[in-house]
Amino acid sequence: MHLSPDQMIFWQYGFFKLNGTIMFTWGLMLVLAVGSRLITRKLSVGLERSRWQNLLEIVVTSIQKQIEEVGLSQAQKYLGFLGTLFLFIAAASLCTVIPGYQPPTGSLSTTAALALCVFVAVPFFGIEEEGVGNYLKSYAKPTFLMLPFNIISELSRTLALAVRLFGNMMSGAMIIGILLTITPFLFPIIMTLLGQLTGMVQAYIFSILAAVYIAAATQVRKPNPEAAPSIAA
Amino acid sequence: MDSMTIIAVASIVIAGITISLGAIGPALAEGRAVATALTSLAQQPDASATITRTLFVGLAMIESIAIYCFVVSMILIFANPFWNHAIAQTAGK
Repeated sequence: MHLSPDQMIFWQYGFFKLNGTIMFTWGLMLVLAVGSRLITRKLSVGLERSRWQNLLEIVVTSIQKQIEEVGLSQAQKYLGFLGTLFLFIAAASLCTVIPGYQPPTGSLSTTAALALCVFVAVPFFGIEEEGVGNYLKSYAKPTFLMLPFNIISELSRTLALAVRLFGNMMSGAMIIGILLTITPFLFPIIMTLLGQLTGMVQAYIFSILAAVYIAAATQVRKPNPEAAPSIAA
Repeated sequence: MDSMTIIAVASIVIAGITISLGAIGPALAEGRAVATALTSLAQQPDASATITRTLFVGLAMIESIAIYCFVVSMILIFANPFWNHAIAQTAGK
């Protein structure tokens, strides 16, 4: 009963291991990058366009609309980061239909890496938008006594992002594995469908939470009343 | 009872208690969240996009508590450091 694709070792040389997590992540990167490069080679501006281009446009415009609804008015600046988060986690979960594939987000290493990216990106975008002094002063709002609590909440929501995604992906894979030994035919398929649903929801949640944290960090001076309130983990 | 038995019994019992008690709170909270969301959807159907999105974000936050308990339970069963240490010691003897 393996807990994560970390334990599928393909090649080992001393300290360096190529395990399932790394290989599946490389596979996903290859498919996503080469696929989008192939589709965007000949973009057409008029009404006649290929259906792959249509699909990509639907995906990109809906992500952009979601980012704007969260409260980030200049969605173009954050579309790259947030869109990549969503697409990577969604693709990692969707490919579970391929036999022999284990989602790399089912390993705590991958989800910790993604959460660390968000942890670094929030101050980065905050400082880029507000300047170093204003951003650091925001940690002492509303009163200076809140400084340790704000720092702790930064760390704990990063941890929560990582563990939430890891727990959801790992539990989906594990339940399917357990059910395969008990009732082989019908039930694992239903559970795989449920796993797809939770995978897409978790991808959406991860990117929306990242967007909310960035919105909270970039709007210290003029809090937007229509934006979703900042959620401390 | 020697120490290996104590470790095994404690791990198994606590793994079961962890996940069963840890699922009660989030389940009740999610039920209340969905009920309130349905009430507000009935009162203001044109805000349904915002309500639905906020509902999903809230549900994910509540669900993470249950996920934490599940992860602890899985660690106790499958990646238990105390059990591995005890096994290593008996294998070494």
